Amino acid sequence: MNIERLVAMANDIAAFFATEPDPDAGAEQVANHLRRFWEPRMRDAIRRFVQDGGAGLSPLARRGVERL
Amino acid sequence: MYSIDHNDLGTPAAASIEPVTLEIDDSPVTVPAGTSIMRAAALAGRRIPKLCATDTLRAFGSCRLCLVEIEGGRGFPASCTTEVAGGMKVRTDSARLQQLRRGVVELYVSDHPLDCAGCPAEGHCELQDAAANLGIESSRYSNGGATQRGFAKDASNPYFVFDSDLCIVCSRCVRACDEVQGTLALTIEGRGFGSRVSASQHQPFLESECVSCGACVEACPTAALMEKSQIALGAPARAVTTTCGYCGVGCSLKAEVKDATVVRMVPNRSGTANKGHACVKGRFAFGYATHADRVRRPMIRERITDPWREVSWDEAIGHTAAEFRRIQRMHGPDAVGGITSSRCTNEETFLVQKLVRAALGTNNVDTCARVCHSPTGYGLKHTLGESAGTQAFTSVMKADVIVVIGANPTDGHPVFASQLKRRLRQGAKLIVIDPRMIDLVRTPHIEAAAHLQLRPGTNVAVINALAHVVVTEGLANDAYAEARCEQDSYRNWKAFIADARHSPEATEATTGVPAALLRAAARIYAAGPNSAIYYGLGVTEHSQGTTMVMGIANLAMATGNLGREGVGVSPLRGQNNVQGSCDMGSFPHEFSGYRHVSDSATRGLFEAAWNVNLASEPGLRIPNMFEAALDGSFRGLYIQGEDFVQSDPNTNHVIAALSAMECVVVQDLFLIETARYAHVFLPGSSFLEKDGTFTNAERRISRVRKVMEPIAGLADWEVTMRLAQALGHPMHYAHPSEIMDEIARLTPTFRGVSYEKLDRLGSIQWPCNDAAPDGTPTMHVGSFVRGKGKFYLTEYVATSERSTSRFPLLLTTGRVLYQYNVGTQTRRTANLAWQAEDRLEIHPDDAESRGIVDGDWVGVTSRTGDTVLRAIVSRRMRPGVVYTTFHFPESGVNVVTTENSDWATNCPEYKVTAVEVVKVEQPEAWQVRIRAERSTGFSPAMPSA
Repeated sequence: MNIERLVAMANDIAAFFATEPDPDAGAEQVANHLRRFWEPRMRDAIRRFVQDGGAGLSPLARRGVERL
Repeated sequence: MYSIDHNDLGTPAAASIEPVTLEIDDSPVTVPAGTSIMRAAALAGRRIPKLCATDTLRAFGSCRLCLVEIEGGRGFPASCTTEVAGGMKVRTDSARLQQLRRGVVELYVSDHPLDCAGCPAEGHCELQDAAANLGIESSRYSNGGATQRGFAKDASNPYFVFDSDLCIVCSRCVRACDEVQGTLALTIEGRGFGSRVSASQHQPFLESECVSCGACVEACPTAALMEKSQIALGAPARAVTTTCGYCGVGCSLKAEVKDATVVRMVPNRSGTANKGHACVKGRFAFGYATHADRVRRPMIRERITDPWREVSWDEAIGHTAAEFRRIQRMHGPDAVGGITSSRCTNEETFLVQKLVRAALGTNNVDTCARVCHSPTGYGLKHTLGESAGTQAFTSVMKADVIVVIGANPTDGHPVFASQLKRRLRQGAKLIVIDPRMIDLVRTPHIEAAAHLQLRPGTNVAVINALAHVVVTEGLANDAYAEARCEQDSYRNWKAFIADARHSPEATEATTGVPAALLRAAARIYAAGPNSAIYYGLGVTEHSQGTTMVMGIANLAMATGNLGREGVGVSPLRGQNNVQGSCDMGSFPHEFSGYRHVSDSATRGLFEAAWNVNLASEPGLRIPNMFEAALDGSFRGLYIQGEDFVQSDPNTNHVIAALSAMECVVVQDLFLIETARYAHVFLPGSSFLEKDGTFTNAERRISRVRKVMEPIAGLADWEVTMRLAQALGHPMHYAHPSEIMDEIARLTPTFRGVSYEKLDRLGSIQWPCNDAAPDGTPTMHVGSFVRGKGKFYLTEYVATSERSTSRFPLLLTTGRVLYQYNVGTQTRRTANLAWQAEDRLEIHPDDAESRGIVDGDWVGVTSRTGDTVLRAIVSRRMRPGVVYTTFHFPESGVNVVTTENSDWATNCPEYKVTAVEVVKVEQPEAWQVRIRAERSTGFSPAMPSA
């Protein structure tokens, strides 16, 4: 999977849930969205990317991915 | 000439339900108050002769043929313009009436001699019938038609002829253009014997303002306006009621057939979606179904550079199954997938997703709604509880304020637009939110109260600003929102939206919409009292498409504009079965009825019914499939009725992905652009060649009925069934009705749907179940489907696609009336007479600074690619914004669009692409080649890239 594209998509998702005042709840909503709509190989790819450093992911997107 | 099996009642139905009883020819008749005597008599089986009346038009009272006698009344009133009254005693026939009618008809035939032999309307001409019934064979006043005859026929329109010699100047055509279509393109010019029907300023029809809807042709009582197809083929012998295969209005049509040939298409006057109207595509552009380009035999090839080889159905199906199984053995079950089509029936889309989930064992199924209305499904499901529009089309007739956002109904949904315009002519206010000045902004007898001409990509800022005004000026309906919605979410949203950053003044610099105009629009919407929002792809095809849908739902909930007629949130679906394909479980994360695949209870239902274990993880969406193809983990794809290469963004990226795959199977009517990259081609069947159902934008399920046999021998559902059999998962359906029965068993919102009920009721709006056995025209009455409505916080996030010094213009895309989607069908019809190429609209300021004039070739370059189009210099767009359509493959519009997509659904951001436009001398070589192929016959062995 094109990781640059996945990072951009994850950041867009996080930008929507950034309005959530509770950061933990926001991260969980990001994670929940990824679970419900991202196919496993996409989730695997972004998880590995975070394990390798995750540069370019927004903080909220990163916290969401870490919950997968 | 109206449909050959139509029982014309002379005048429209009355709005009242109050019964009135009268006597007609000594028999008691009870009809609603306000009904004309003519209609009451027709309902009672008494035919009163008429020429200027038909039941789609208001009574006119000009022909004087429908005179009747009313006991105690004076004279002989026209039955079309005289309403019934309680106790009235009417006589429809007498010696005196016969004498009067003979005089009238003799005057008509004095200028329209009864030389009916050879007339294309013979047997269906209302003047001929009237004369015959009165025993008239000639006229005492005849001059042989000297004053009417000798005018040249106007055959400029590709679909119909106007023969003034045969015209009786009844004005039905003029009134149809006014009342039914709302274009007002026709008039009667001159007086007395010099009266003539005239299109616009005495122009040929093709060059006039006429939009070729055909309402005038249908209204004509003689052969003065007649379809060329009927003139060529003769009168049809039978009519089959079916549903249009074009846009999401889903018009009910009657296919009139002679032998096995469709002679003409006539809108069904009982059709609930279209009320007896149609557009140029639905009524006339059906010739593609029998076009010489139709592929009639399955074909396979080893490599996409090889020539195609025609094979039997068995070989093609067997080859496909073997290839898919080979790929799955080598790369796993998730290395393959399928695509359902919004151009196919509910039953066919259900079968394709069943094949993918049950026979291939993966959830890698998606549908072309991914690239259009997937944000609608997500946004409305989360806020209101159901992934569908809230209203019936007729609801618009009770709207006081109509907001059209990112839609162009007169081009994209013309039959609904006619109804909408009718309501606007009655006085409803119109607000248009669109970067382009669409026709609705200013059209005969209609002018928008506000046109918010926003910059592309700023929808969410605009909807937030509208909501800000509503909340901060105290215009919200707090009682409604607090009772009907989650109170916490409403309170949070109000605090969020009241922040000054959302004010019209703060957002003006971003959106380009003057704050005062936006405030005025918000006040109009909030004042209602019935305010309705209709929206299109200008809402969904953005990086914040889902956010915008949620913002629209927020605004409607906050003002109490949901849950009754005249209000609501209504997505206008682009293709005929977008709603249906979504309903049928075409998305990779959902079963039919929008139930997530991770829900074990739902999954268990399907596992029990299909006798397989089903995957619980979401599958790949279309853009994800392309990415997976490029990384080698996705290698086989079954595509039913979708042309990715032309319709999806970043064409070169799509081509690269398809080229990387091992088995691409295209099932379609024609060798579409995507077929250039296919290994198997399975001939598809048009809507005329199969049974099934379509579900339109108002959730209306309507029957599609087979008019002719499938040209390639199999309907699409039969092809999918054969493929399932070859994959070792046999499906046993003798008829699509049995597929619908299975859908009903497995889908709560379809529980009460059956072909028997559809035949009985005509159509059904889902949900249709025990709680609503006849369907649900208006949703969310009393409470929302999700219980309490939920407000979402819709922060505006600017798209990353921005104009720069290198790409200073923003390109946005749309549609035209005469072409449909990627043009596969309409490019193979005479609709080319109106539009034979995509053009780039550019503002005069932008054109002048680049030295561009009308008709110039212009190069359009973005960060993904470049193409060449012809320019139209137009003030429809604001400076800095250019616009085009995507109907022609040689235009390559999607070569320049990007892979940006909606955050929630991956719906592409077609509506915002930063580009530069420069004058060039000629189109690109690949464009010339594709255009040449299109005009001289396709060369399938040659990929374009």
